[in-house]
Amino acid sequence: MIALSMRPCGDFRTTYKADTQIFETSTIRGVTIASIIALCFAPLVLDAYYLTLFIQISYLAIAALGLNILVGFTGQISLGHGAFFGFGAFASAWFTNTFAVPVWISIPLAGCFTMAVGMLFGLPAARIKGLYLAIATLAAQFIIEDFFARAEWFSGGAYGAAAESVSLFGHTFDSDESFFYVALFSLVFMYIWGSNLMRSRDGRAFVAVRDHYLSAEIMGINLTWYRLLSFGVSSFYAGIGGALYGHYLGFVSAEGFTLMMSVQFLAMIIIGGLGSVQGALLGTIFIVLLPEVLEGLVGMIAGSGLVEQGSLMESLSYFKEMAIGLVIILFLIFEPDGLAHRWKQIKAYWKYYPFAY
Amino acid sequence: MSSPEKLLSISKVSLAFGGVKALTDVNFHVNKGEIFSIIGPNGAGKTSMLNCISGRYQPNQGSITFKGKEMLGMKPNERSDLGLGRTFQNLALFGHMSVLDNIMVGRHHLLKNNFATGPLYWFSGAQKEELEHRRAVEDIIDFLEISHIRKSQAGTLSYGLRKRVELARAVALKPDLILLDEPMAGMNQEEKEDMARYILDLNEEWGMTVIMIEHDMGVVMGISNRVMVLDFGRKIAEGLPDEIMANEHVKKAYLGEEDELLMEETA
Repeated sequence: MIALSMRPCGDFRTTYKADTQIFETSTIRGVTIASIIALCFAPLVLDAYYLTLFIQISYLAIAALGLNILVGFTGQISLGHGAFFGFGAFASAWFTNTFAVPVWISIPLAGCFTMAVGMLFGLPAARIKGLYLAIATLAAQFIIEDFFARAEWFSGGAYGAAAESVSLFGHTFDSDESFFYVALFSLVFMYIWGSNLMRSRDGRAFVAVRDHYLSAEIMGINLTWYRLLSFGVSSFYAGIGGALYGHYLGFVSAEGFTLMMSVQFLAMIIIGGLGSVQGALLGTIFIVLLPEVLEGLVGMIAGSGLVEQGSLMESLSYFKEMAIGLVIILFLIFEPDGLAHRWKQIKAYWKYYPFAY
Repeated sequence: MSSPEKLLSISKVSLAFGGVKALTDVNFHVNKGEIFSIIGPNGAGKTSMLNCISGRYQPNQGSITFKGKEMLGMKPNERSDLGLGRTFQNLALFGHMSVLDNIMVGRHHLLKNNFATGPLYWFSGAQKEELEHRRAVEDIIDFLEISHIRKSQAGTLSYGLRKRVELARAVALKPDLILLDEPMAGMNQEEKEDMARYILDLNEEWGMTVIMIEHDMGVVMGISNRVMVLDFGRKIAEGLPDEIMANEHVKKAYLGEEDELLMEETA
């Protein structure tokens, strides 16, 4: 029997409310809240490079959580997540440019709009599964990419679209330091949203559909609706992430939202851990930091004078691509449950030390 | 004694997969408050019958009425609202969920929070609702004596426990009629006795009507109010347990002999 709970001895819960917390123990909750508060002071200390990395992690992690709800929790697959991400970015820019909607409203609006589009492209999921669904969502990726290129009224075509900065109560969040707070708030908000979803009715229904759809149906779960809804929620997250991306850069162009991006999102959740809210965040951090660390390493080797400097720096971009591929393969072989599972095992090791189990 | 209220009536139900006739003109009814057993040799169509009632299969003809409502054409997930619950012959738990979550899924059609209100946990009343249903689920957990495993992953439990969790999940649906497909298959004597006890309690204390498929004749004859026998998709007998035990057709069906009398009757 594998107990899913990792509470320390003596930590008894006497009410059902205390037994259904998001965080397993009050220590974990305390540490999390403390680190969020500590992060609030980060712009005062850290330089722009680290803030950019954090902002990048934030909007990608939001989208990755969406994909994890679809792939990890509901057991469906999508190869079009990058396109939905892009759709959110364009939609938010379009709302602000065409209808003069304030940015802080246009971001959730873009999320809802992307949700509708995601559900439209998720329609095949009502009938098909597995590989066939992968191909159907691949079609979604190409259709939406083509739409970006052609629909000039929406995306500005080849020129791209300008996206205003977020402004609230007369304050404009246009620098790295100020946008950091927008990113932090969105990240925390969307992750709380996701955690709550997974401990309430519809989240359980998603997992039920994944684990045994026949008996889920007998339990009163409408399969078609939940398969669609899962696409909807996942696209909602992608849309929010994309919109943040757009308003951060100030400019959206269609080139970035390719199949490669969709695959990268898949890589994030595989590495982080399928079916884990925390895993989506860990995987994103890993994928974002991997090229940075590699760059540092290559720089170090080049600096040591062991190899000719020029050739090594030239091949850096290849190294990055290869490293992502290699890491996915290694994770699939050695840790298919991802970083979230590995983290649990590390905790279990300390909990049971010096016994093995 | 006043005539008992019919909860479920099946009339002239036939089901065919291509040329294979799984069920042919089956008629029966189940009264409110009964334990009704379906027995028969392997491949007789018992599970097919249950699948027709729960909505996995749509019969080719006939009618199935539950609480006076025609159920034919209704989707399986709509039937749980009407008060129908079931367990499966081959375990069908949500393997990666905890036992508690498995049972909470059974409350799905009774819960109201959704993808928009659920995430607003503290503000939309979702928390209150979840906790109320948690209380109800804990009653079921207590009743079935699985409180020690409620946080375990369902897929890692032993067979007997998994069967019990599946029963708990079906009970969580708050059904008026519960369909049990071989609840005691693969269990040892002690587990069987426990399970029989639970089924009787469900029937008597929780007021559920039970339809049960079971191969253990001792159990079937011991706890059923009425028994129906299927063979090759046809009903060959129905009645009180003692009548069934004495029935010539039934004996022949189980011994595999040619039943000339029956063939003449049905021809």
